[in-house]
Amino acid sequence: MAAVMPAPAASRLLLSGNEAVARAVWEAGVKVAAAYPGTPATEMLEVVATYPDLYAEWSVNEKVSLEVAIGAAYAGSRAFCCMKHVGMNVAADALMTLTLTGVCGGLVIAVADDVGLSSSQNEQDSRYWGRFAHVPVLEPADSQEAYAMTLAAYELSERFQVPVILRMTTRINHVKSLVTVGERVAHAGPGFRKDPARFVMVPGNAGKRIPLMFQRDRDLRALAETSPLNVIEPGRDRRVGFITSGPAYMHVKEAFPEAPVLKLGFSHPAPFARCRELAALVDQVVVVEEVEPLLETELKAQGLAVVGKEILPLQGELSPAVLRPAIARLLGETLPENAVSGASTVALPVFPRPPTMCVACPHLGVYYTLSQVRNLNISGDIGCYTLGAGHPWNALDTCVSMGASMGIALGMDKGRGEADKDKRVVAVIGDSTFLHMGMQGLLDMVYNKGNVTVLLLDNRAVGMTGGQDNPGNGRDIHGDDAPRIDFAKLVSALGVRDERIHVVNPYELPVLFKTIREEVKVPEVSVIITDQPCVLIKDYHKLKPYAVSDDKCTGCGNCVDVGCPAIHVTRRGKEVKASGREVDLAFVRIDSSVCTGCGLCLQPCAPKAIEHYVPSAPIQFASRGGCQA
Amino acid sequence: MSATTNILVVGIGGQGVMTATEILAEAAIALGHDAKKTEVAGMAQRGGVVSSHLRFGDRVLSPQITPGSADVLLGFESAEAMRWQHMLRKGGITLMNTARLVPPVVELGLFEYPADPLGEIRKTGNKVVAFDATTIAEELGDIRLGNTVMLGAIADHLPFGAEILLDCVLKRFARKGEKLLELNRRAFAAGRAAVGAAEAALA
Repeated sequence: MAAVMPAPAASRLLLSGNEAVARAVWEAGVKVAAAYPGTPATEMLEVVATYPDLYAEWSVNEKVSLEVAIGAAYAGSRAFCCMKHVGMNVAADALMTLTLTGVCGGLVIAVADDVGLSSSQNEQDSRYWGRFAHVPVLEPADSQEAYAMTLAAYELSERFQVPVILRMTTRINHVKSLVTVGERVAHAGPGFRKDPARFVMVPGNAGKRIPLMFQRDRDLRALAETSPLNVIEPGRDRRVGFITSGPAYMHVKEAFPEAPVLKLGFSHPAPFARCRELAALVDQVVVVEEVEPLLETELKAQGLAVVGKEILPLQGELSPAVLRPAIARLLGETLPENAVSGASTVALPVFPRPPTMCVACPHLGVYYTLSQVRNLNISGDIGCYTLGAGHPWNALDTCVSMGASMGIALGMDKGRGEADKDKRVVAVIGDSTFLHMGMQGLLDMVYNKGNVTVLLLDNRAVGMTGGQDNPGNGRDIHGDDAPRIDFAKLVSALGVRDERIHVVNPYELPVLFKTIREEVKVPEVSVIITDQPCVLIKDYHKLKPYAVSDDKCTGCGNCVDVGCPAIHVTRRGKEVKASGREVDLAFVRIDSSVCTGCGLCLQPCAPKAIEHYVPSAPIQFASRGGCQA
Repeated sequence: MSATTNILVVGIGGQGVMTATEILAEAAIALGHDAKKTEVAGMAQRGGVVSSHLRFGDRVLSPQITPGSADVLLGFESAEAMRWQHMLRKGGITLMNTARLVPPVVELGLFEYPADPLGEIRKTGNKVVAFDATTIAEELGDIRLGNTVMLGAIADHLPFGAEILLDCVLKRFARKGEKLLELNRRAFAAGRAAVGAAEAALA
């Protein structure tokens, strides 16, 4: 992607929180920005990379991205690193010692908490890292604040020589609202100045840095007491006052416009004196925070009588609809069924619509095949291919963390009980996840003589987050040429025997089936690499679409088991076989307007009823009602 | 309408729901409103449920529309329009495409697609206008015009004139040539006309 001309200063732009942070990163004169993609954080670095005058990279994982940022900050340049909440777990090893060395150039770590798990394996509160690592936490409540606090975070970072966490949530990252932007100010770094007592964290040096860290905590708390990012809005209805931060502030203001509020933008170390000031104004104090009762617990330890998670949920997003009844109960009031308009707020029952794999996705062939092989325990990983756990394949048995499929598969193998003695263990992992944290697990599996068949699904993209480039596809963050990793050579270098490495086209079902069936019988580590690109990236080329010949379709339904969303059942039936067994029939059609001709569905089709689509006449301007449901 | 206008746009991943909402937001901003747009999207790129919230007015606080307070529900798909009825305020209106996009879980026989989503919505007593945006787009020669048809459909149910919204739609195609601009103009007009005709038939 070529650099674009940034919008001029004072422009009022409709920006997501991610876009707002990216703009501020550029304005702050950041020189180095690094990240691994992860929803809802991905767009921050994607947008940063479109700005001129800075270096941006997709790193192989969050720990490396933070280390790249640390190096730049040690060299005196401003640096930026962003990640989703679980990415911080990966980066934490570096963070926990970074807090001792501190930084020279400003370093901001933007962490996006997926509160409500829209696209994550768990829910975490990244504000904990502020407490754990003794670093300040800023919490924006909308895009304008995300922009302004990013700029403020760089000032804070350099003033205290400390990395700063910008804690965001999905409702900040992905909400678009108006932002007034400013000018870029170039920031010249002085270069790296050697200082082993500060930068070489051996025990003797590190121990001397710890008291400095505690002093910094005290100084930061004193600053938080007077920070303009922490504001008391006195309000008029003094029955309940709120202490809140992040998007929860907006929900509080929406639901209780007249209530006193202490809004914490600089939320850690928390300004206890300001909290007491708010408490003095009101009858009761409610702490409204997503997700964990962090501030609430600290305030209770300070002897403040506050209410929090006793009345508010510990899980998921807050909203005015959650807050109103909770506060009404606290005050002993009753709310009408719908305080807003008297409308019914009971949802009509409608089928679920879980995410599906795309039409012609190369993973379809893998999961269709796995679903046809018996006696497998399948250790899965994180990416689009996690969807293999769903219908119709049901061919993925675990999903924990990035790269975990490797270690878990080995553990399943070594820890197998009597009931599993004939089971074969398979691990499924994508290209980017393998490079992120799977390689080490495979090395461990080889070294410890595991009996696991690894399916390495190389679709040349970080698919689930939108097809970002990675070392597996030979393109950098700008789409320019970059060295491309050779997966067969890589797994060979990790010790997998060359006879046990197979590169297979996942659209060739008989080959894939035979390879998997043979390799699971071999009692050692095998790696089967599938090599076809994600259908959403430019490497994918569409082929001629298919259609079902109605007079040939026997309703066997085999094609439906492939799981392609272009296949639709037109009618169902039953047939009594000669054996007396009754079987269900499903007659199908292919939506030829979305079919890209991958040919997966025609391979299991018993009557050969799937043929290339031939447009019957110039009917694309069909009459209304001619459109099939 | 109340001080803050709440528009809910729903459909499934890949239909252009989020882009449509963004264009509506741009129109509101062009008129000097404060605006916030947010999605409950999840892994929506993969054919999942998408509901996009737009709130605009003097000052918007929470980006989320509270259940029971949406003024207009713009449904890109029939069952999705049905799914989100509880978000409408009393007297709110649903403008829905009659298209039925059947997910794999229904194809597999695990769940049933409602036989008559429009009828189910009518039973709630909420006002609803249905039209076949997909066919309208096909008749104009390109199914991708469906998004503009949908925006035309909502154009007369906003607290501002249709022209501002049309301008914001056309801005998106400004550099794509006069032919595409004209097609989008026609798609927008066809969406407006379809809703107008359906409402006249109801009256």
